[in-house]
Amino acid sequence: MLEVAAQKRLGSFEVDANFTCETSGVIALFGRSGAGKTMLVNMMAGLLKPDRGRISVNGNLLFDSSRRLDVPPERRRLGYVFQEGRLFPHLSVRGNLVYGYKLVPPAERHIQFDQIVALLGLEALLSRHPRDLSGGEKQRIALGRALLANPRLLLMDEPLAGLDQPRKEEILPFIERLRDELGIPIIYVSHSMPEIVRLADTMVLISKGRVEAVGPVDELTSRLDLRPLTGRYEAGAVITARVERQDEAFALTELSFAGGTLLVPRLELPVGTELRLRIRARDVSLARHRPEGLSILNAVPCVVRDIGIEEGPQVDLQLDANGAALWARITRRSLVALNIERGAQVYALIKAVAVDRYSLGRSGAAGRFLSEED
Amino acid sequence: MFEISPLEIEALGLSLRVAVWSVVTSLPVGLFVAWLLARRDFVGKSALNGIVHLPLVLPPVVVGYLLLVLLGREGPLGRILLQTFGVSLPFTWEGAALAAAVMAFPLMVRAMRLSLEAVDRRLEAAARTLGAGPARVFLTVTLPLMAPGILVGAVLAFARALGEFGATITFAANIPGETRTLPLALFSLIQTPGGEAMALRLAGLSVLLSLAALAASEIIARRLRARIDG
Repeated sequence: MLEVAAQKRLGSFEVDANFTCETSGVIALFGRSGAGKTMLVNMMAGLLKPDRGRISVNGNLLFDSSRRLDVPPERRRLGYVFQEGRLFPHLSVRGNLVYGYKLVPPAERHIQFDQIVALLGLEALLSRHPRDLSGGEKQRIALGRALLANPRLLLMDEPLAGLDQPRKEEILPFIERLRDELGIPIIYVSHSMPEIVRLADTMVLISKGRVEAVGPVDELTSRLDLRPLTGRYEAGAVITARVERQDEAFALTELSFAGGTLLVPRLELPVGTELRLRIRARDVSLARHRPEGLSILNAVPCVVRDIGIEEGPQVDLQLDANGAALWARITRRSLVALNIERGAQVYALIKAVAVDRYSLGRSGAAGRFLSEED
Repeated sequence: MFEISPLEIEALGLSLRVAVWSVVTSLPVGLFVAWLLARRDFVGKSALNGIVHLPLVLPPVVVGYLLLVLLGREGPLGRILLQTFGVSLPFTWEGAALAAAVMAFPLMVRAMRLSLEAVDRRLEAAARTLGAGPARVFLTVTLPLMAPGILVGAVLAFARALGEFGATITFAANIPGETRTLPLALFSLIQTPGGEAMALRLAGLSVLLSLAALAASEIIARRLRARIDG
């Protein structure tokens, strides 16, 4: 359990964050630049002292202003991967990696040197020098260095923000592997929704120094009231589905989820596999009646839960497909023409879904959108 | 003609001894003061800063005289030293080393302070999160990163100590074999009729010594920098 209640004023900006969540999997701290995410993480790490508050991780009290308790960072056992890597320039890659490892008593070294070198593919880099490394390599080493200190929780402050897209693609699989293989809870700070959807289970939404919401990623991304914070870009829902059947004749795979079945281009997965799907709002259209004579295969009956208030030509609707949240993006004109109101019965026409391959615990290409036109 | 006379060997050896000792003993103090000035906020910080830099602006003779007043047999500190440790500094080579150290101190502290201020504190924070306490962070991160600055400070102080004249002659006098370092020997020779040739040789020796120190520091600094950052 992670319990944070921290207040800190720096100049005119104030962080007043209050949240509690389970320490398992990846917890994303999401918010715009300048929302106070880094300040919050620094307070957890002990690098920034809150004016007031209380921070505890799995029952270990790290900070409590009422008891004048402030555990120094070196005794908090929280790993920290910084945005800029912060490798020690006077040490080799190996020297960087073992810096924290050497300080862990041998009996407490649950994470071993060779294990991390193999997991992060660092063998060839060990005798190199930080100055000779690419940005992606530096971040991998920063990650390994933090892990080798055997932390009970790993803090990652926008570890990919300084990297270009190919470098991000190079690092992401490693983060997924350590999430899946090491079982260390990770606090992942990011302002990138695609990264969070791909990595995180839980999301802490931060805005202007305050925690706006805490909950499962798919739940928060499908809440219309949080839309100003989660952003319009790539807005969509994350649903859990299961492989039901393989349609050999048409090279399709049938998936089932709470709202019904979905046909997607063939997935090479055994029947019964659970997976996460991401359905973007812009890939979902609406019909008032069960459509006929339509090429789109997936039509899911839904109830309109909520309608976003927007000024632009388009509007986002939140749908309830028998308990599973979906989003649709239609024009405001259609909204009026079809007379869609809250509570209306509609059919969601789903043109494409993305499979979150990492929900399958395997590495490979990132969630590609599978559309029927493929 | 190129033989080195006993007098030259004596002055050279003494100069080296005085300079090395002045640098070695003042190095930890200089590091501490540099750290205080770069990293700490306290009452009297600007006063400390002023005192440290005083030898840079005061006439060396004044510094030597103040040392004499302070550390002479009747001086407040000198009396304590004499009574508790049986040590008297004026007119000894140790006294010459002290005078040289005081004169060179501002240069040393300045170089160290600049290099300490250039150390990226975010690296120190990273080391803390990896489990290293403040002392360990200082020894394993801060100190290696400021090593070139420490070296520069030490070389500057060494060169300054080699050339120190005014404070030395005032505090430690000009005693052959005890406090007559190269500059003092040179001074004595100039005052002696017929000593010009010898004086010239000593001047040449001083130049060589300073050049050697500079070259050595350049080589070490280059290696250190290559290790830290390319």
